[in-house]
Amino acid sequence: MTDLIRSTAAELAAKIASREVSAVEVAQAHLDRIAEVDGAVNAFLHVDTEGALKAARKVDDDIAAGAHVGPLAGVPIALKDVLTTEGVPTTVGSKILEGWIPPYDATVTRRLKEAGVVVLGKTNMDEFAMGSSTENSAYGPTRNPWDLDRIPGGSGGGSAAALAAFEAPLSIGTDTGGSIRQPGAVTGTVGVKPTYGGVSRYGLVAFSSSLDQAGPCARTVLDAALLHEVIAGYDPMDSTSINAPVPPVVAAAREGANGDLSGVRVGVVTQFSGEGYQAGVLRSFEAAVAQLKQLGAEIVEVSCPSFDYALPAYYLIAPSEASSNLARFDAMRYGIRVGDDGTRSAEEVMSLTREAGFGPEVKRRIMIGTYALSSGYYDAYYGSAQKVRTLISRDFDAAFATVDVLVSPTTPTTAFPIGERTGDPMAMYKADLCTIPANLAGNAAMSVPSGLSDEDGLPVGLQIMAPALQDHRMYRVAAAYEVARDAALGATVISGVPQLAGAR
Amino acid sequence: MPSISRDEVAHLARLARLAVTDDELDLFAGQLDVILQSVATVGDIATADIPPTSHAVPLTNVFREDVVRPSLGQQQALAGAPAAEDGRFRVPRILGEEA
Repeated sequence: MTDLIRSTAAELAAKIASREVSAVEVAQAHLDRIAEVDGAVNAFLHVDTEGALKAARKVDDDIAAGAHVGPLAGVPIALKDVLTTEGVPTTVGSKILEGWIPPYDATVTRRLKEAGVVVLGKTNMDEFAMGSSTENSAYGPTRNPWDLDRIPGGSGGGSAAALAAFEAPLSIGTDTGGSIRQPGAVTGTVGVKPTYGGVSRYGLVAFSSSLDQAGPCARTVLDAALLHEVIAGYDPMDSTSINAPVPPVVAAAREGANGDLSGVRVGVVTQFSGEGYQAGVLRSFEAAVAQLKQLGAEIVEVSCPSFDYALPAYYLIAPSEASSNLARFDAMRYGIRVGDDGTRSAEEVMSLTREAGFGPEVKRRIMIGTYALSSGYYDAYYGSAQKVRTLISRDFDAAFATVDVLVSPTTPTTAFPIGERTGDPMAMYKADLCTIPANLAGNAAMSVPSGLSDEDGLPVGLQIMAPALQDHRMYRVAAAYEVARDAALGATVISGVPQLAGAR
Repeated sequence: MPSISRDEVAHLARLARLAVTDDELDLFAGQLDVILQSVATVGDIATADIPPTSHAVPLTNVFREDVVRPSLGQQQALAGAPAAEDGRFRVPRILGEEA
């Protein structure tokens, strides 16, 4: 059974398709693992045992009947609790949606089910995806399998921790400012933010609609690519979905695994270094760049001066959109209702419900957004932030005119201790320093582990950014790097996760 | 240098329909002040000649054929409601006593 939970998704799919192992056995092995370790990790908010086994049985029946199944059929997945699942609770990590059972599937959910991917359950997250540590979940923090006293990143800490704890070989995250990539970096896993519009947002509970993007999380680059192709593609139900072919990411990952990057131009973003960056993170990053050079890539330094303003621009744009999006939580149509005693007005009930249902970070962001959109402040705050967004896109355009991909550390530090930044919102926001530009410009970006920081033994992530709809470029570079990294280490990064004790 | 007072935070909370407590007001006033001062730096480079970007993908209107498609039934739509009555959402009174 240990073999099954440590296998890659590609290996599991092959074994299931050839009937060497059944999808039910694979699902059960992961459900057993969750039962064993999730008391300590808290990666899952809800485990759908019955649904998972039923879906697995269907895949086994289809294969037995000789039906053609998809490349990930029977492989289990953990789904971030921000995507709706028909008949299965969806809370977004918030009290305000406690007990809500959606009447419909998100497009991502539907595509997974149609591909025979087995949904194990829903993963923990910062409330409404607002946070960088999963400490803002209303249901308790998720713990990092590398060190249970440290954060697993956020907002998708549950999806990343589930991979690192071998509770699932695949997971889905969503990335508004780094919520897929930063958790990937601090848990030693792969996380991909596809080009904005590459994966449908239908059924994704909105935080910041112009930035939110769902994407694949996995323990290997190829697994992420296989999942990417299952969930991506045009969806008429999302007006910002891109009506263009899905970039050939699986082919690119296979090509990259050949280990040749000659002719590829890699730009090192000079802004993402220096003060605030942990020395061990920078050393890991420099070693990764040297590795890319050995693989044949041409390395150049690229300056993107507007990136220094990405963080402030993001913390105006995202809260502004959030303050508008979260107005729908009005205690009338879904979610909890507080204080409806027959005397209070709808407005009073609404205010009491939102007060009780939202946590402090959500309230802060709603109020910042309300402020930034107020007449008199709009031009100075929201308007200026939108101009910075233009400048960041121009920096990317100029950079990609001379290089194929850009690289940087994914996040300035390794996983920090739980509780260290909860009292200081600005310190928490800085975890997103390097990831935000790609959200503002909408291009593709991913994090791939670059080994462990030499001073604390915790995982570090290498961020690779590519132009919009050129997602395959970064997969090729990441896959080549992954092979070289493992050869140099003599093992995969993820194999260094300490043994987790059984459930407490 | 922008700064935000406790009263202004209370006003924002009212606008955002958040019945915040006095303790929260004390906490948020300090935190929002720090955050707003930090994010105000966007003004340093946002000069008048730069057009704003609202969206990474150029948006055009999307049309579809006007055909009837399956949608949620009444029961499904009401299933997640905090209160329902006679097949409808039941809501608290929406008018004030003096109205």
